[in-house]
Amino acid sequence: MTTANSSMHPALGRECWLPTLQLAIQEVFDLMLASPLEIPSVPPAVEGLDITSMVGLAGQLCGVLTLRCSATSAARMASRMLGTPPEKAGTHMWDAVGEICNMVAGNFKNKIAGLGDGCMLSVPTVITGADYNLHSMVDLEIQTVLLFEGEPIVLSLEVHG
Amino acid sequence: MDNLCILIVDDSSVMRKIVERSLRQAGLGISQVVEAGNGAEALTAVEQNKIDLVLCDINMPVMDGLEFVKQLSTVEKAKGVPVVMITTEGSEGHVVQALSAGARGYIRKPFTADQVKEHVLPVLGGKQ
Repeated sequence: MTTANSSMHPALGRECWLPTLQLAIQEVFDLMLASPLEIPSVPPAVEGLDITSMVGLAGQLCGVLTLRCSATSAARMASRMLGTPPEKAGTHMWDAVGEICNMVAGNFKNKIAGLGDGCMLSVPTVITGADYNLHSMVDLEIQTVLLFEGEPIVLSLEVHG
Repeated sequence: MDNLCILIVDDSSVMRKIVERSLRQAGLGISQVVEAGNGAEALTAVEQNKIDLVLCDINMPVMDGLEFVKQLSTVEKAKGVPVVMITTEGSEGHVVQALSAGARGYIRKPFTADQVKEHVLPVLGGKQ
């Protein structure tokens, strides 16, 4: 297995990770859902986000990428991806949110120099409900709130080490 | 030949539908779409159908896409069937691994229908 040299270590340039993360999710929504995301000028209330998708990262970058949204937003995402009405999204909404989180994680790591080969992604996990606590050994957390069709979605990257 | 039988391999049913829609938007003459949720299911599908083209994810449970491509090369019925990887794993290392294993093309997610067309039509050769 090859390793990146120090000049390409992903720890460098972490100040760029927030805009890179935002770009990664915006590209996914532009290309796969044909629905541009907005970055709100004022942080919106983020209550009622009861769908959580997580993708683990291991290797040179260890951590978890989390995407949270409401069930209504999840149904709309599935609707846009499948070309069906939101009310017919059913269980596809979980699959859709999981796959979006997976694509954002992949798109993000592919934008970080030297990280592509040195970081592996897990398959996505989707949690429904909001009454839970996630405990992880976090050294760095980057979080951004974006608007999808006017509704907030929260994207977080928690990094270990 | 425009009555193509396409095998789409991805653990996400939503993504399988998006890939199918992109192929249709690319103008492929598709007569049948066979879906599989992992590499093992895909190998069974290859045995049970006359597949003309495979589009395959990499990160999947049970059997991943790279292992599937390697095993596919040993299946007599699948000789000459082109495989195009379609995955979030976009690093050069993954591309090299996939092409070395026998894949003929590589599409990174997220993708556009035009990108699918650009990568799929050349590997179909005279079939399309």
